Parts: sequence; structure tokens; C-alpha cells
Amino acid sequence: MTREEQKENLLRMSGTDVRKCMKCGKCSGRCPAYHEMDIKPHQFVSLLAQGKIEKLLSGKAIWSCLSCMACVERCPRGVAPAAVVEAVRDTVVRMQGANGIRAEDIPPIVDELIPQQLLVSAYRKYNK
Amino acid sequence: MQRIGVFICWCGSNIAATVDVERVSEVIRSEPGVVFSANYQYMCSENGQQLVKNAIKEYNLTAVVIGSCSPRMHEATFRKAAEEAGLNPYMVEIANIREHCSWIHKDREEATEKALVLVRTAIAKVNLDAPLQAGESPVTKRALVIGGGIAGIQAALDIAEAGFEVDIVEKNPTIGGRMAQLDKTFPTLDCSACILTPKMVDCAQNEKIDILSYSEVEEVKGFVGNFSVKIRRKARYVDETKCTGCKVCMEKCPSKKGLNEFNMGLNNRTAIYIPFAQAIPNVAVIDPEQCIKLKTGKCGICQKFCGVGAIDYTMKDEFIERKYGAIVVATGFRPLKPDKFNEYGYADNKDVITSLELERLMNAAGPTDGVLLRPSDGTHPKVITFIQCVGSRDTSGCGKPYCSKICCMYTAKHAMLIREKYPDTEVHVFYIDVRTPGKNYDEFYRRAVEQYGVDYIKGMVGKVYNQNGKLMVQGSNLIDNEQVVIPSDLVVLATAIEPEPSVRKVATLLTASIDTNNFLTESHAKLRPVESPTAGVYLAGVCQGPKDIPETVSQASACAAKVIGLLVKDKLKTNPCIAHPDESMCNGCSQCANVCAYGAITYVDKEFRLGGGKTEVRRVASVNPAVCQGCGACTVTCPSGAMDLSGFSSGQIMSEVEAICKM
Ligand SMILES: Cc1cc2nc3c(=O)[nH]c(=O)nc-3n(C[C@H](O)[C@H](O)[C@H](O)COP(=O)(O)OP(=O)(O)OC[C@H]3O[C@@H](n4cnc5c(N)ncnc54)[C@H](O)[C@@H]3O)c2cc1C
Ligand code: SF4
Ligand code: SF4
Ligand code: SF4
Ligand code: SF4
Repeated sequence: MTREEQKENLLRMSGTDVRKCMKCGKCSGRCPAYHEMDIKPHQFVSLLAQGKIEKLLSGKAIWSCLSCMACVERCPRGVAPAAVVEAVRDTVVRMQGANGIRAEDIPPIVDELIPQQLLVSAYRKYNK
Repeated sequence: MQRIGVFICWCGSNIAATVDVERVSEVIRSEPGVVFSANYQYMCSENGQQLVKNAIKEYNLTAVVIGSCSPRMHEATFRKAAEEAGLNPYMVEIANIREHCSWIHKDREEATEKALVLVRTAIAKVNLDAPLQAGESPVTKRALVIGGGIAGIQAALDIAEAGFEVDIVEKNPTIGGRMAQLDKTFPTLDCSACILTPKMVDCAQNEKIDILSYSEVEEVKGFVGNFSVKIRRKARYVDETKCTGCKVCMEKCPSKKGLNEFNMGLNNRTAIYIPFAQAIPNVAVIDPEQCIKLKTGKCGICQKFCGVGAIDYTMKDEFIERKYGAIVVATGFRPLKPDKFNEYGYADNKDVITSLELERLMNAAGPTDGVLLRPSDGTHPKVITFIQCVGSRDTSGCGKPYCSKICCMYTAKHAMLIREKYPDTEVHVFYIDVRTPGKNYDEFYRRAVEQYGVDYIKGMVGKVYNQNGKLMVQGSNLIDNEQVVIPSDLVVLATAIEPEPSVRKVATLLTASIDTNNFLTESHAKLRPVESPTAGVYLAGVCQGPKDIPETVSQASACAAKVIGLLVKDKLKTNPCIAHPDESMCNGCSQCANVCAYGAITYVDKEFRLGGGKTEVRRVASVNPAVCQGCGACTVTCPSGAMDLSGFSSGQIMSEVEAICKM
């Protein structure tokens, strides 16, 4: 995949419009995992917008993000930084060839209160 | 058959870059009725208009079609040119090949085809055009200003200065608006009351100005030059002509729990009150929600103590009806309530306040007599953190998508005033961008940083929480790539401003248009910025868009100039494109009157000859030509097809549709 294709892929997977970001930093101002992250929530958005894919894929922050969605909740522009984190994590997991999700493993642990994305991302993390 | 001249405009490259204007002229030349066809770089220019005039004379044109920009731009220009060449101005039709064609298409071939269709459509219409004569209507030489903030005050003073009578209708018990609540004003830091109250007094003393405070507009009829407005004078329970403003009633009133609106609810007021010391009119008002007498029938203390017998508990709302030639809307704004943004903890912490609340806490006439004290415990805050853009530039649904424009400047003002008055205070400002265009504005903001040592932090706050009595402000410092937490004593939110909600009702009454954010829309963003698209209605102040005092005052004076320009005229030309019924077809069903927004249609009994010497009396519609605005609602409603519109007859519209369908 070319870098451009990778960027397109990440944009599509995240489903968020990174161009809407106005670089206010509110997401990073809220993030509870901020201090553990080498790439900060607002930087995920900014790096993807600029197409700096290698940097995104080599970061460690994808394993620290709690998928708490606080950044998504707080963003004044309707951007979802956590969705970018998730897209990067997903890509990294796939590149390792270790897409650990098996459909039949999901139903027994699903609880109505668990946000879908938390479930999915936690699952990826523990399968890495 | 008309003798038609067709003129295609290039509009520089606006049209010519996308539409093959040469080809359009060439093809159109062979249309039936067309005796002249040309194209030119700028039809609206002096030379372009001359081209039209010459052709009218040389080719004996009876009708003209101009393929150019929207008729909203230049229809009047070309009608005037035609008239100067001796042609009836209503024999001119515009084919909009710019907004409807060149601007929205990329493909030259397709755009040229469409331009041809649009020009042929205009030709179809012009073939059925008939000369029309504009009528005249008189102008009532009196203006109405809705809203008595600085915008309304300035507009009224300027209109009165030219010798015209003006009424200010203000919904609150006093004029003054938000500016009366401010402490000092940027960029010069002069005291707001000191510059505002003399203007308020001028209004009160000017014999041309009538202040109708505690009043609201209820109904508007008529049209430019001839508005008839019903105004509700809310029951004040105090006779304005008797009250001397001595405040004895306020001293004696036992009901002291009403929230003081003027101080943003930071303290309480009595049920009978004068909003602030310099109120105009300086007359008390009773809040019926708080008055014991009005609620239970007991008390009546104020009446006993009032030395001039001004208090009357039986007062009722009254209605008055007045006529005006022009109306200025100046309904202003209110600050957004930040309680939806729970990340800032406004609802839970008394010491998280809005900027307007801070103005009151800094003001000598405010609840703390101008000493900056925390609302929670009355102590001096030592660390104060400001958060900008609260609810502004927010497309998430909670706030407003626009920049409120004034908060960067007033935050710099607040920060500076605090550092000046309390130098031992630490002041931080979280910002996304600092927006300070304007004369001496950026210099003002830089002074806050360079001279007063205010700490500006680039980044937004994600969370404010209370920890052992300190407000912990957690946010981004993007320059240092850090997440910081600032333990603060007071947090000030620079909240977005939004149009005063009652503007919606006002706009509906005036049929003035409003945008998705409830700001009133101007007629043209650049060239007609103080006029509403509704003739005779003008816009001043924040009701039209966020702005500070200097801009508000400029706009208000501009409004006044427009109003004066209208009121000096004795008569206005009326639009001849109005409705008229075919009486032989009308059966007086009343449907047209029901849809007419202007009340232009009435019904009369008329005698008709049936032949054989017999007659019949029938009820038929009659249109008042001075009131009809030519909107056409009645023509499409009439079930018998009796109603038609001059200049836009059903026959003409159908011929246009046919011309389009032929392609
Ligand atoms: C915290 C803060 C600080 C500010 N500091 C500064 C500063 O330092 N310098 C500066 O230049 N600007 C400052 N501003 C901006 C300034 O307040 C406005 O530019 C100005 O008040 C606008 O005046 P206005 O007449 O358009 O609106 P308003 O002041 O809101 O007046 C509108 C008036 O219309 C009345 N009204 C509303 N609806 C109706 C109705 N339906 N019928 C009848 N009457 C109605 C209202 O009661 C009000 O009296 C500040 C604003 C805020 C919020
Ligand atoms: S979802 Fe991840 S990046 Fe977003 S705030 Fe939570 S931990 Fe931080
Ligand atoms: S909160 Fe939203 S707009 Fe602000 S930096 Fe983060 S993603 Fe961008
Ligand atoms: S009658 Fe009403 S306003 Fe007058 S003193 Fe009593 S409570 Fe106050
Ligand atoms: S003026 Fe400044 S603080 Fe106010 S919304 Fe605009 S950028 Fe934000």
C-alpha cells in the first residue's frame, strides 16, 4: 500500500473527518491517559490529516488509550480522536497478522452497557 | 410580436469563462422577434447601458432581454436605462446566466446550452410583457426603533437629529441594553456608564424621541413608508407620569427575593424596583411574580409610602397603535448559558462564572461595590483562569458554530483590569486563537501579555473540577505539548453570545429574514449591510451579527442615514407588479384573502350585467394596490384562476415553462 492509500484507509476506518479539527487541543486537555501517550489525542488527528502514517503506526499510545471516548465527547468540532486511535490500532494489529477477533467469542462477554468500541478495542489489545 | 433586443453580458470572466457568450448571441439572433443581439464585457457599465439605449432607439425595440447576473443585482439598473431611452421599464427581462448558470457549472458546452435555454425563456416572457405604470404611496414621517440598547439609542438620536420623530420600543423597564451592565470598555478602558448614560439622558430629553419602555411590538401591518404597528405597554403598576424615582418604595418593600437581572442574578432585589441608578425612564416597576400584594392581595406597603400616589395595583397591559415610515431592529443579544457544558462545572461551582457576571463583580455599582470577591465565600481570588471560546466555534451541537467576535477583546480587558487593580493576582487565559483585528486591538491584547504579565496558554480546557476548595482547571498547553492543571480560585468563561430569542417573533412580524443562528439577515452582505431584504426595515447592532460597541454604533448611524433618506421623501414609487382579479371569473370564495400575508385583499358586492337586460349582484375580490406586494400567493390559491399578477401573469409563467421544456 502506498502512503496515500494507507491514509485513505485510515480515514475510512476511523469514519471521522480530520479536516474539521481546529487544533484547539481540548481532546488532549481532557484525556485521562494523556501522560502515558507518546502521541497525544490531538496529534493523532493532526498526523493523519498530514498523512504522517509511519509516525502514527510506530507510536505506542494506541496501547494506552482507554477508549473512554472523553476526547470524542469533548471535541467542539465533532471530530473523534479516539476513532483515529482505533483505526491505527486496528491497522497495526492487522499488519501483525494477528487479527484475534473470532465472532463466536463475542456474544458471551457482551453486556448492554459496554460501548461497542471499548469492547472491540480492548479485544484487539489483549489479542496482540 | 415584440421587437426584441438581446444583450449578453460577459461579467468580465464570471460568465464568459464558462458560457460561450459569442455563440449565445449568434444563436439567439435568429429567434423569432429578435431584431438585435449583442454581447459586451460589462453590460451594467456606463458603456453597456449606452449599448441598450442606442439599440432601443436605432432598432425601435419594444422589449429588451439582458442575459446577466441575478435580477436582484441589476434589474433596476437596466430598467432605468430602458426608461431613459423611452421604453417602458417593465418591458425589460433578465435571464440570470451567472448565479443560475456560469457560477454553478463547470462544463462550457453544457453551460452554454443552459444559457441559451434561460435566454429563450426570458424571450418567451418578454413577448407577453405589457407596459406597466408604477403608482405612488405617501410616507409617514416617523420611525420605530425596536430595542433600546446602544444600537437603538444611537439610531434614534441620529434620526431625531435630522428632525424626524422616533419611538423606541424597549422590552425592559429601562433603555441601555447590555452596555449598561459593562464595567470598563475596550479598547480605551473608559467607564461604560460614563459614556452610555449621557446618551440615554439625551434620548429622554429629546422632544422628537418617545421612549416606550417595558413595551413590546405585537402586530405589524402595512409596508415601507406606511407601517401600522400595535404596541403592548406592559402593566408596570407604577404611573410613569407620577413616579419621581425617589426609591422610597424599594426601601420599604418586604419582598426582597427577586433575582436582580441587572446583576446577572448575583444578588437580589425587591419586588418593586428601578433596575439601576441611571435607568431611563427613572421610574419603578413592580415584578408581579414577586409582589405580595399582586399574588395574595395583602401588603400594599409601597402604595402607602409613595408620596406622589404613583402606585396602581389594578393596572393592565395596554395597547397603542402607531404609524411609521421605517423600522429599525436593534434587539441585541444575550450571553449563552454555559450549563450545558458540564466540563466547565458552571452549574456546580459558584466560582465558575461568566464574563458578564465578572463585569458586574468588577463594577462599582455591582453586588460587591466593585471589589472582586468570589461568589462562594467572599474572599479575594488569587489565581484566576479565563477560558475563551466557551460555546463559540462549536459544531458539536451544544454551542454556536460562529466566532462571537468580542470575547477575545473583553477577556484581554478583564485580565488587564484585574492585574492592574490586584497586582498580586495570577491570571491565566486558555485560548484557541486570539482574534483581535481592529484599530489598536492587537496592541491592546499584547499589552495584557507584555505589560501586565497575563499568562496566555494556547489550548483548550477539557475539565474543571473541585479539589479541596480549589478549582482545578485541566487543559492543553499545545505549545509545550503538555497537559496542565491550574489550581484556581475563580474561573471565568468567555461565553458565546446569541441573538436575543424574542428576535424570532419580531422577525416574523416584520417578515424579515433570519439565518440559522437567529441573526437577522442583511439584504446584501457587502453592499447593503444595514438593510433587511424587507423594504423599510433596517438592522443595527448584535441582532445582525456579533459586534462590539464601536461597530454597533457605526451600524446604527448607517441605519439612521438610510431611515432619514427614506423619511425625507414625500412619496414612494410602488411596485406595479401586483395582483388583480378577473371579476367575471371570481366567485368571492375568500381563499385569496386568507393567504395574503399583507391584508391587501377585501371583497366588494358588484352588479354584473347578464344580458337580456338582467343583472346580478356578486361578491368579488378587490386588491388594494398600495398594500399588495406582488408575492403571488393569491394567484396560485385562487381555485377559479381569477387572480393574476401583472408582470408575472400565469400566461407568462406557462410560456416560460414551455420554452424550457422545448429544449
Ligand atoms: C462580557 C461582555 C463584555 C463586553 N465588553 C465590551 C467592551 O469592553 N467594549 C465593546 O466595544 N463591547 C463590549 N461588549 C459588547 C457590547 O456589549 C455589545 O456590542 C453591545 O451591547 C451591543 O449593543 P446592542 O444595542 O446591539 O444590543 P443590546 O445591548 O443587547 O441591546 C438590545 C436591547 O434591545 C432590547 N430588546 C431585545 N429584544 C427586544 C424586543 N423583542 N422588543 C423590544 N426590545 C427588545 C433589549 O432589552 C436591550 O435593551 C461586551 C459584551 C459582553 C458580553
Ligand atoms: S479515548 Fe483514548 S485518546 Fe480519547 S480521551 Fe480516552 S484515553 Fe484519551
Ligand atoms: S478537540 Fe477536536 S478540534 Fe480540538 S484538537 Fe481535538 S480533535 Fe481537534
Ligand atoms: S405591594 Fe408588592 S411591591 Fe409594594 S411593597 Fe408590597 S410586595 Fe413590595
Ligand atoms: S472572539 Fe475569541 S474567544 Fe470569542 S469566539 Fe472568537 S476566537 Fe473565541
